[in-house]
Order: sequence, then structure tokens, then C-alpha cells
Amino acid sequence: MIELRSIHKAYQVKGAAVVALKEIDLSISSGEIFGIIGHSGAGKSTLLRMINFLERPTRGRVVVDGVDLLELQEQDLREFRQGVGMIFQHFNLLGSKTVGENVAFPLKIAGRANRAQIDARVDELLELVGLERHKHKYPRQLSGGEKQRVGIARALANQPRVLLCDEATSALDPQTTRSILQLLREINEKLGLTIVLITHEMDVIRTVCDRVAVIDAGTIVESGPVSQVFLHPRHRTTRRFVQEAERVFDEDVQATANGSAARTLRRLTFMEDTVHQPLLSQAARAYGVDFSILSGRIEQIKSTTCGQMTVAVAGDATRVSEALAHLASHGVTIEEHVQ
Amino acid sequence: MSAFLATWFVNVDWADIGWAGVDTLLMLGGSLSLTLLLGLPLGGLLFLTSPGQLHDSPRVYATVSLAVNILRSLPFVILLIAMIPVTVFLTGTSLGVAGSIPSLVAAGIPFFGRLVESALREVDRGIIEASQAMGANTRQIVFGALLAEALPGILAAATVTAIALVSYSALAGVVGGGGLGDLAIRYGYQRFQLDVMFITIVLLLLLVQVLQSIGNRLVLHFSR
Repeated sequence: MIELRSIHKAYQVKGAAVVALKEIDLSISSGEIFGIIGHSGAGKSTLLRMINFLERPTRGRVVVDGVDLLELQEQDLREFRQGVGMIFQHFNLLGSKTVGENVAFPLKIAGRANRAQIDARVDELLELVGLERHKHKYPRQLSGGEKQRVGIARALANQPRVLLCDEATSALDPQTTRSILQLLREINEKLGLTIVLITHEMDVIRTVCDRVAVIDAGTIVESGPVSQVFLHPRHRTTRRFVQEAERVFDEDVQATANGSAARTLRRLTFMEDTVHQPLLSQAARAYGVDFSILSGRIEQIKSTTCGQMTVAVAGDATRVSEALAHLASHGVTIEEHVQ
Repeated sequence: MSAFLATWFVNVDWADIGWAGVDTLLMLGGSLSLTLLLGLPLGGLLFLTSPGQLHDSPRVYATVSLAVNILRSLPFVILLIAMIPVTVFLTGTSLGVAGSIPSLVAAGIPFFGRLVESALREVDRGIIEASQAMGANTRQIVFGALLAEALPGILAAATVTAIALVSYSALAGVVGGGGLGDLAIRYGYQRFQLDVMFITIVLLLLLVQVLQSIGNRLVLHFSR
């Protein structure tokens, strides 16, 4: 659906070239929710804007739905953009217009519908986002979450194939964030829309995304299915994001582990079925080893439950490795504990 | 009442005051409408061609900006005199209400244009970006989003401009333009008729008050 090929972007700032993106290659499939996570200044905003050409690459190609954006003339590019919705951190609604008029704006821009058709479509969209009652209100009268719903209705007005979300929940409180993410999932499923979102919050990625790319200093350092990246982060930046989300304190783990040098430290990952089985106590009974849990969490990644814990295993070395092999044979992923 | 007026305002010719008032209103009405009509596109041009905007064009911006600055740095009295040939060409006379309107407009347009430019600049950059992302062209962005968003600012600018034009029009007397300010200078100042001065000041004050409160109401009405 979306192909970014060797994207390079540099800006001229006071005569000096500042590189924002370096050699980015990304491929986003139709119907998936793709997340791009990075700290501010990492280049994620610029990267998102490549997809509708609000930012043009210095080198490289952007192909969306088979269309090479570099080959589009001004007018064609504007028509292309009508098929790509976008929502923003600060909503960017027209404060001088009502909710209904805001949603009607992209329809008027496209200029393909008459007044009655526009009105009907606006009602339909407001119903989709649950704001039928607020049609004649002004944005100032709405809460942040309601404003973002208007933003979503507006972005969907021209039946786009792609929705770009620019830190869409960063200005919202956790509860509102959840309801907006829920709405994004619903429209992704209901309309088969491809969603690309950028964020600096791992929780957002974990809740809605299918796949994720981690961007740091203008390059993609890691990417893959969310469960893979989230549970087995390889890059330093990814690990930091995951730790922010799970609040595991390495010092605590270290302190507990130091108590007994003879113990074996392992990180165990339980996915789906294994989460619900009494595997640890079975292994402890069968092999006569002891597990102490140093840190752990059970979480939902999109709709999959998974658990991950760091354990210290004490006992006879052979028995310990047998116990671990037993766990592995039941589908538990076992890794060396890494700092 | 008439005895009171005759005692305290000996020098005041009320018919003169009336006609001067009408002249002031005519000068204001004529120059303000032309100023708004021509200053708005000028402000739009300045905004769109300024650095980092939709039609960023350093050459156009610098040229228009220079012309605006030249007109704005001329003291109005000098502009009034320098404009005489143009005024005669445009209106056939350099005298009276008609003779003063071209100079007022020439001073008003760059003044209002700059204010419109800054009102447009006040509009959140995100609004333009969102419109672009929807596939809007410049015309749709300007007329569909920018003007509506900047309307309170533009109305406030129009109010300030109207009041500036009232004060400019007081100098129209220099070229025989007439109006309340002219009366204040010729009778109040040059002949020491303080009663005439007093009446004209009160009337001008009333006019400014009325303009400001109309402006405030409009701004309030269009601020959402």
C-alpha cells in the first residue's frame, strides 16, 4: 500500500544542511495499523508527512497505492491528498466554523458533492464518531477527545484509503487516549483503512498497532510485528521505550540478582495459551528447582495477552537446564537476561 | 437651551459644524470602504509571499513591502501634498471631500494591509497544514479557512484603520478638504475660537467612540 524507498531528507538551515531522515525503507501493507515510534526530533513527523508529500524527500521515492508521488503534478497531488486523511496532535480544527462545517470542509474542497449530499455525509460521519448531537457546536465548546473525534470525522470525509495520525493522542488524557485508539481500531476494521500513526508512547503502539518501526536520529533502528519488537527489543532506543512502558527497574533486578551469584537469570516470555498454564510451578515440582520472580508483567498487545518475567532459578545446574528445557518445550521463550 | 448656546458658544455657526460633520463622515465612508477593499488583497499578498508561507517569494515580498513602507513613512501632510497631481487626475479636483479621498486611501491601504498581514499570521500554522493535507488549493485555503479564522483580527484592524482615517482626515483642511478637523484648525486654532475647538473635539470624540464600539461588537460577534 505504502512504499518508502531510500528516503533521504535534508533541510538547509542557515546555509548548513541538517539531515532529518537517512536512507529510510518502509513497506506498509493495506489494512494494517502501522506505528512509528521515536523521541521528539527523531524525524517521525517528517517521515509521516512524506506519505502525503507535505514534505518532499531530498532523495528517494514514495509510492502509495501504486502511485509514485514524485510523478504527480500539483493538481494531481491535491486530488491524491483528498484520498489520504490526516489527524493532528492539536486537532487543527477551524475555530470559526461549527463541527458540521469542519467536517464538510474537505467535501467542499473535493467539490464532487452537492449541498444535500454533503449534509447527509456529514451526518453519517458524525454518527460514526459518536458526535451527532454536537453538529452545530463550535470546537471551543468541545473537550479534547471530542475535538479529535471531529478531526477523525473530517479526515474520513472523502473516503480515504489511508489515515495518517500525527501524535493524535499526545494532547489527551489516558482515558480519552484509550477511547480514541479504540475508535481508530474500529474504523480500521470497519472500513479496512490503512492507518499510519506516529507517537512517542509505547502504550499507543501496544494498544493498536500491528507492526511498528522505531526511529532514532533519522534512521529506522528496528521494525517488525509489535509483539516481536515489544517483547524482544534489540536496539537500545527500543529498550528504552519498552522500559518506559513497563516500568521495570533494572537496579531492583540487579540488586535482587546480586543476592545469590549461584542463581541463573532468565527472561521468560509467555504468549497466548502459555499465559494461562501453571508452567512455572509444574517445572518447580518436576525438577526440584526454585524460581524467584524478579520482575514481571502480563499485558495485552493489541488483542493478544502475553506475559514476560525475569526470574532467578536456583538449584542443581543440570536440573535447572532441564527445567528451562521443559518450559521451552511448552512454548515459553527463554532468553539470557540482558541489561 | 438656545440662550445657553448663544452665551457659551458665541462663535459657533451650527450650520458650519453640521456641514463639517457631514464632510468628515463622507471622507471617512469613502476612504474607509476603498481602503478595506484594496487593503485586504494587499495584506493577503504580503502574507502569502512572506518567508515560509504558501507562495514564499522573496522578490515580490521585498518589492511590495518596500512600497508599503515608503507610503507609511511619509507624514500624512506631505503625502497629501505630494498626491495632488494624482488626486486631480483621479477626481478632477484637489479640493473638498473628493480631493482628499485619494490621499486618505493612499495612506490607509498600506496601514490596513500590514495589519491584515499580521492578522493572517496569527492564524495557527496547523490550519493551513490541515487544509493542504485535505488537498485544498491556495484559493480554497484563503477563502475557506484563513479569512474565516482571521476575521476577528481583520475586523479589529479595520476599526483601528477607521480611527486612523478620522485623524488623517483632520489634516485634509490643508488642501481645502473640509471636515471637523479643518474647522478645529481654522477657527479653533488660527482664530482662537475655543468654543469651536471644543465642539469639534467633542464630535470627533463621539465619532471615535462609536467606531470603536461598533468594531468591538463585530470582533466579539465573530470570535468563536
